[in-house]
Amino acid sequence: MSELLLIILVAPLAACLGIAAGLPAKKTALTVTWFNLIASFIVAFKFQLGAAGYQFVSSVPAMSLGDYFDTNLKFGVDGLSLLLLLLTTTVSLAAVAVTPADTRRPREFFILLLLIVSGALGAFLSIDVFFLYLFHELALIPTFILVGVWGNQDRKFAAIQMTIYLTAGSLVLLAGLLGFYFTMPEQARSFDLEAIRATLTVTPLAASAQGWIYLLLLGGFGILASLCPFHTWAPAGDAAAPAPVAMLHAGVLKKVGIYGLLRLAVPFLPAGAQQYVDLFLILILLNVIYIGVVTIWQKELGFMLGYSSVMHMGMLFLGLASMNVLGLTGAVILMLAHGLDIALLFALNGEIRRRAGTTRFAALGGLAQRMPKLAFLFIIGGLASLGLPGLANFAGEIHVFFAAWQAFPWWVTFLAVWGIVISAVYVLRAVRTIFFGPVAADLPPTEDLTSWSQRWPFVLLAAALLVIGCYPRLVLQFVQPVIDGWLGL
Amino acid sequence: MNWVILLAPLVSAVLITLVLHPLRKISAGVSVLACAVSFAASVKVFLADGAGSVSAVTWLDYPGLLTVTIGALTDHLSTLMLLIVSGVGLCIHIFACGYMKDDPGISRFFAKLSLFMFSMLGIVLADNLVMMFIFWELVGLSSYLLIGFWFERPSAAEAAKKAFIVNRLGDFGFLLGILGVWWAWGTVDFGELKNSVSAAALPAVLAQNPLAVTLIGLGLFMGCIGKSAQFPLHIWLPDAMEGPTPVSALIHAATMVAAGVYMLCRVFFILELSPQTLQIIATIGAITAIFAALIATQQNDIKRILAYSTLSQLGYMVLAVGLCATSAAMFHLCTHAFFKALLFLGAGSVIHALHHEQDIWRMGGLWKKMPITAATFLIGTLALTGCPLLAGFFSKDAILLAALHNNIWIFGVAIITAALTAYYMFRLFAVAFLGQARSAAVQHTHESPPVMTLPLTVLAALAVVGGYLGQQAYLGQPHADHAGGGLVLWLSVLVFALGAVGGLWLYLRAKSERVHVDIFANKFYSDELYQALFVNGQQLLARILDWIDRWIVGGLIVRGLAVLATVSGEILRLVQGGNVQAYATVFILGVIFLCYWVMVHLQHLF
Repeated sequence: MSELLLIILVAPLAACLGIAAGLPAKKTALTVTWFNLIASFIVAFKFQLGAAGYQFVSSVPAMSLGDYFDTNLKFGVDGLSLLLLLLTTTVSLAAVAVTPADTRRPREFFILLLLIVSGALGAFLSIDVFFLYLFHELALIPTFILVGVWGNQDRKFAAIQMTIYLTAGSLVLLAGLLGFYFTMPEQARSFDLEAIRATLTVTPLAASAQGWIYLLLLGGFGILASLCPFHTWAPAGDAAAPAPVAMLHAGVLKKVGIYGLLRLAVPFLPAGAQQYVDLFLILILLNVIYIGVVTIWQKELGFMLGYSSVMHMGMLFLGLASMNVLGLTGAVILMLAHGLDIALLFALNGEIRRRAGTTRFAALGGLAQRMPKLAFLFIIGGLASLGLPGLANFAGEIHVFFAAWQAFPWWVTFLAVWGIVISAVYVLRAVRTIFFGPVAADLPPTEDLTSWSQRWPFVLLAAALLVIGCYPRLVLQFVQPVIDGWLGL
Repeated sequence: MNWVILLAPLVSAVLITLVLHPLRKISAGVSVLACAVSFAASVKVFLADGAGSVSAVTWLDYPGLLTVTIGALTDHLSTLMLLIVSGVGLCIHIFACGYMKDDPGISRFFAKLSLFMFSMLGIVLADNLVMMFIFWELVGLSSYLLIGFWFERPSAAEAAKKAFIVNRLGDFGFLLGILGVWWAWGTVDFGELKNSVSAAALPAVLAQNPLAVTLIGLGLFMGCIGKSAQFPLHIWLPDAMEGPTPVSALIHAATMVAAGVYMLCRVFFILELSPQTLQIIATIGAITAIFAALIATQQNDIKRILAYSTLSQLGYMVLAVGLCATSAAMFHLCTHAFFKALLFLGAGSVIHALHHEQDIWRMGGLWKKMPITAATFLIGTLALTGCPLLAGFFSKDAILLAALHNNIWIFGVAIITAALTAYYMFRLFAVAFLGQARSAAVQHTHESPPVMTLPLTVLAALAVVGGYLGQQAYLGQPHADHAGGGLVLWLSVLVFALGAVGGLWLYLRAKSERVHVDIFANKFYSDELYQALFVNGQQLLARILDWIDRWIVGGLIVRGLAVLATVSGEILRLVQGGNVQAYATVFILGVIFLCYWVMVHLQHLF
């Protein structure tokens, strides 16, 4: 059974080869993402709840970098990576499914898309931090190319901006990771998370070392997850990206930044986090309030979604910064919730662009009359985004608010809760201008998502939001032991 | 049994949305049936009189830290409220079958109505603050969806958005209040809170910050300000009349807007820890009561008059809570639900008959054309204005009595409001129902079908006897026995007579508006004020920040680098010929080299 993870990881790569060798592009991609979704659910069902540590562990000895550097290509899942595996397989299936069959140069497109998928899978499944980093880089390169070549609007600028920012972020991150590695006692140096854990629970890193390492990791991972003020690449990039790419990037790849902080900073650098908590809080509140207000002013749906995604990262960071059970749990729920939700919204953004020819608010209006089903799905996504109970984001946000109240002075929560007002303003404004009112003049004749074959990817994402939102304990049972472990409970 | 109350409407909403929506009549039938089931189950729970919280589902569980359940708290307060919500709801569901018969979206309408019933009953049954907040938000959603039911109308779309956002502003405070309660007492469960909250033994955190108790109370009250449309967040309710009239009756008059008052009664043991909080609550209630009544005297749209009247009556209930008279507040909530639902449905019957005419100056003489509607509307009017022996008389007097004992200023405001209420309601009745027909449409109109008049009759009966029933249920004894009861009784009869005669005398034969007060007609310019202060202010701020983000944060730094990269890219392109694969290869090689370089250098450092 332990090879299942390897199979999940290799399957998209094999599909890439298949497509390159001439198999029909979309069909192959769809088959492999379906396969992965089912396989990841099998992993979830076989997963031993409550057992500590990694399960389904397998390693590829040939990929060890030897004695200079203790890295091993080693895979496994614990509760947290299992949830992110499920998120990745769900979003990637939806992303492949909504890709229009008439995409330009479909072979190249799907190969690059599947490369992103395997990069993301590798990052979440690696027990070795160095490979986590490497797989994430592997996922970013096809992202840049997809935005730059297949994107819309200002795609060249967006792709370049994204590349510069994320490469810079990666370098800062790399410096942080290497710093982390070399600060450990010489004979115990390792990138293996289990080994690191074994070492550092006995002798934690010195507080001073924790400080600068934390700062580097926060900068590096923070840029990947669009921490303000290092966020400007994200809205532009996601708005310019083709819908499936934006779904995978905003929905899955940005989560690697949070995931990295959860894996390294929370359990191993608590003293470092303590030193920079004030700085972090200021940036977080900028993410929520400042970015939130900027989101209100956006004139185009893609940009609005991109900015809203940056804002929601603020809520996620807030849970993470609180470093307590509620906050970390909230952050994990929000990773899933935001991943599913932003994927749903970007997918619908793509549909609107394809059907109406534009996503500028000024040119849209009354679409609910022509496309009631699309409008229904968009409203579900929007309501999730503004934190409506019953949908997943609320379950996460309520954790985060309680956590922030517990961990920080009252004014932090007081400011952060403004987020629920701000998000209501921009979501409802978008719904109002795009879908309600009379049908906008000179809108081309548009068709709804008429058949189930068109609708199911959206319904899949919306249903996942609903299930997690109504019964969050379904996912909490997986992640609770992991978080308790970090906090030494 | 408790679960049936909650689940029946949910099942109906889901079934209609997913399966039944093409079958219009069956959808309506299922929704009505679900409401009837909830009502029957509520009656059973009421009769069983089983107090206490039962069979909860754990939603979140962090032992010793935070536990959130989805349970059902059935005590005196909630079982009575269940009866009101499901009973009035049932009348309105039946009425809506007639009112919405020809609307193409009738299935959608009933699905949303069922969703509303589910959410509202959830608020009533909530056994902890977080569960209440969850259903509180869901009620906000159903209200949003129903106000925006005719979403193709720009006015309805705007009104729906405004209602949700303004409510969110209230929920902001409510959520902070909940967090404060949890911080102070370590739980959000009503049962546990009731056991641990006492003025004598405040938790240490509160004893150190005396202001905190007041702030927690005000936070919770802010939820009520939003939901019950109290000044200054009242602006959404009149606009909410854009929804279909049965919605205005059920949600924006009888039940949802009263949820704020219900919540205050639920957490009253926390509010009463701080006299300052209570004082602010009473003041806000009094301001809302008179402010809305003054506006109502100069409106011409039948639904808007009733909407401002609702605001004013909600102000009464809130001020009663502020004066510690929670039973009086709930009593008035109950009678108000009966007669205000009746009035709105009566208005709906008229609007339906006149093909969506809402201007009272284009009605007139309806007494002869629509006798049942007119008669029941008159009963509603009398009940609302405090005519002796009808429902509103008893509950309003209970509030006036509490005011007399507590605060003479508030008593004065309440008495003046009572006179104004009688005045604007009889103005409405005289112009719309009496006199001559004022438009051609009235000539050809006729009484609504039985499916609409039957609920009117039932509600009219409740508006007559509700006072006696409610007095039993809420107050336990006739209020006239209290000290000062006689004075209040005579004063309130006097102001009723003054207002009613004034309204009739001025408007019985009026051809057009007799009294002009611009500031009332323009609602104290509150919409304009909001537009200028908040909407424009927020837009200006958003615009400035967007500019900063684009040109300062994103611009100077990133664009500079991007230009650099583009230039070097162009140079590279000359060398490489623009091959994407080559770029990728160079990139990966570069990263690998960089890794190697950093490692080698770091190795020397350690």
